[in-house]
Amino acid sequence: MSWYALWGALEIGLIYGLVALGVLISFRILRFPDLTVDGSFPLGAAVAATLIVMGWNAFAATLVATIAGALAGAITGWLNVRLKIMDLLASILMMIALYSINLRIMGRPNVPLITEPTVFSVFMSDNLPDYILRPLLILALVALVKFALDWYLGTHSGLALRATGSNPRMARAQGVATGAMVLIGLALSNALCALGGALFAQSQGVADISMGIGTIVIGLAAVIVGESLTNSRRLVFMTAAAIVGAVLYRIFVALALNADFIGLHAQDLNLITAVLVTIFLVVPLLRQRIRDRKRP
Amino acid sequence: MLIAQDLHITFNAGTPIETRALRGLSLEIPTGQFVTVIGSNGAGKSTLLNAISGEVQLDRGSLRIDDVELNRMPVWDRAGMVARVFQDPLLGTCEDLTIEENLALAANRGERRGLKRALAPQLRTECAERLAKLGLGLESRLGDRIGLLSGGQRQAVSLLMAALRPSRILLLDEHTAALDPRIAAFVLDITRRIVAERQLTTLMVTHSMQQALETGDRTIMLHQGQVVLDVSGEERRRLDVPHLLKMFERVRGETVSDDALLLG
Repeated sequence: MSWYALWGALEIGLIYGLVALGVLISFRILRFPDLTVDGSFPLGAAVAATLIVMGWNAFAATLVATIAGALAGAITGWLNVRLKIMDLLASILMMIALYSINLRIMGRPNVPLITEPTVFSVFMSDNLPDYILRPLLILALVALVKFALDWYLGTHSGLALRATGSNPRMARAQGVATGAMVLIGLALSNALCALGGALFAQSQGVADISMGIGTIVIGLAAVIVGESLTNSRRLVFMTAAAIVGAVLYRIFVALALNADFIGLHAQDLNLITAVLVTIFLVVPLLRQRIRDRKRP
Repeated sequence: MLIAQDLHITFNAGTPIETRALRGLSLEIPTGQFVTVIGSNGAGKSTLLNAISGEVQLDRGSLRIDDVELNRMPVWDRAGMVARVFQDPLLGTCEDLTIEENLALAANRGERRGLKRALAPQLRTECAERLAKLGLGLESRLGDRIGLLSGGQRQAVSLLMAALRPSRILLLDEHTAALDPRIAAFVLDITRRIVAERQLTTLMVTHSMQQALETGDRTIMLHQGQVVLDVSGEERRRLDVPHLLKMFERVRGETVSDDALLLG
């Protein structure tokens, strides 16, 4: 793999680190299987790209995109909490609804951003090539988001969110309005995914209607890879592991695609993802089985 | 003071498995009283507790604590007034959270949960002090996940959590039933101590008549969703288990013959 490809993998991996943090909130902390992600990631891209093309400031556009993601997540939560639609189904409904909404926002299947100013172009300098600068900027942002999330999960509200996922009956008995916490958790999760989408569009120079397909699998893959790295259930490690997992996942994919002798191409990406996730799910089980066998 | 008037709750109404869990139950518990509840399976003990905590909605009747009407209040809005320990030790605590995080959650029962740090140093020392009183050595394990503790330990912590904030009523739902006898006795002991220390108004469901008579100030027996026996004071002191059992049999017998009359 080339030096350039490595930085590219790092950049996209870190962006998906935001998605991984979102998935960590919904799947692990809230225990809500939320597939909205496949719609909120391109939603973030669509909103940011459309606003930037309209002449908006890139930072404001990214902020609006993030809020749009939060709204999408809150609606999924509302479908589940208020209308009593099963969690998985509620998120699938929102996901397919977002496909149409994203097309409406963009007005066409894709919006190119190559010539537009982005959040990255402000920081452009002659000293550092932008393929190195962008990953560093994203790293700073992802680190900021991680620490903010760690902080939030340690507040009274964050504790209530974790209790809602872990033991809703107990949480209610402690006075936690669990329905509201589901809404807040999903809003937070999808806001992070939309932020990821907005950055992805600006880093790749295009927002595309099909860019959301499989986002949830990549996010889950990152979380699972991260979990295989650490046994700790402490949140500061779990959030860090999710981000590292996202980067590692992306590097694995880049390695697989760059190894010419395997003969894999870009269209094999989803297959590679599925195989990687399977491996990371099975390896801990195998390890356990071998350990059990060694014991007399 | 808890005032329950003419409570009616029917599960699966209009279906072949219709169950009339509460049938016009009325009960008053003065502030500071410790009431034990006995009754056979299906007598409505758990339903009564769930009605007070708000997990089950009333079909008819009224439920008040002092002058607050509870009928339409969701569980989380009642939590400031109602503290609860479940039968299942796993239900009362959050296994993914640490001991101190669980205590922090309980320390804010029924309050607004904002963006302040949950684990303030002051709370930590207070929690450690209270845990030390349990004598289980948990005060040195504040940062351990509570899922690592045994059922008995978790139940003891649940009790502590229920008493961390003032409440208008404490609900104990057979909270020693799932524990082995030695631990159960220990948890019951803590219960008596905490209730006496904080003078909590308490409603404790138990399956043991012995326990019902030896604990608290008043014992009520539920049968078919109503209070059929209500003893306190001198009368209760003179009552022993064989006596209570006889009364229990008589109540059951009477209703059986009642049913027989209806059928005949």
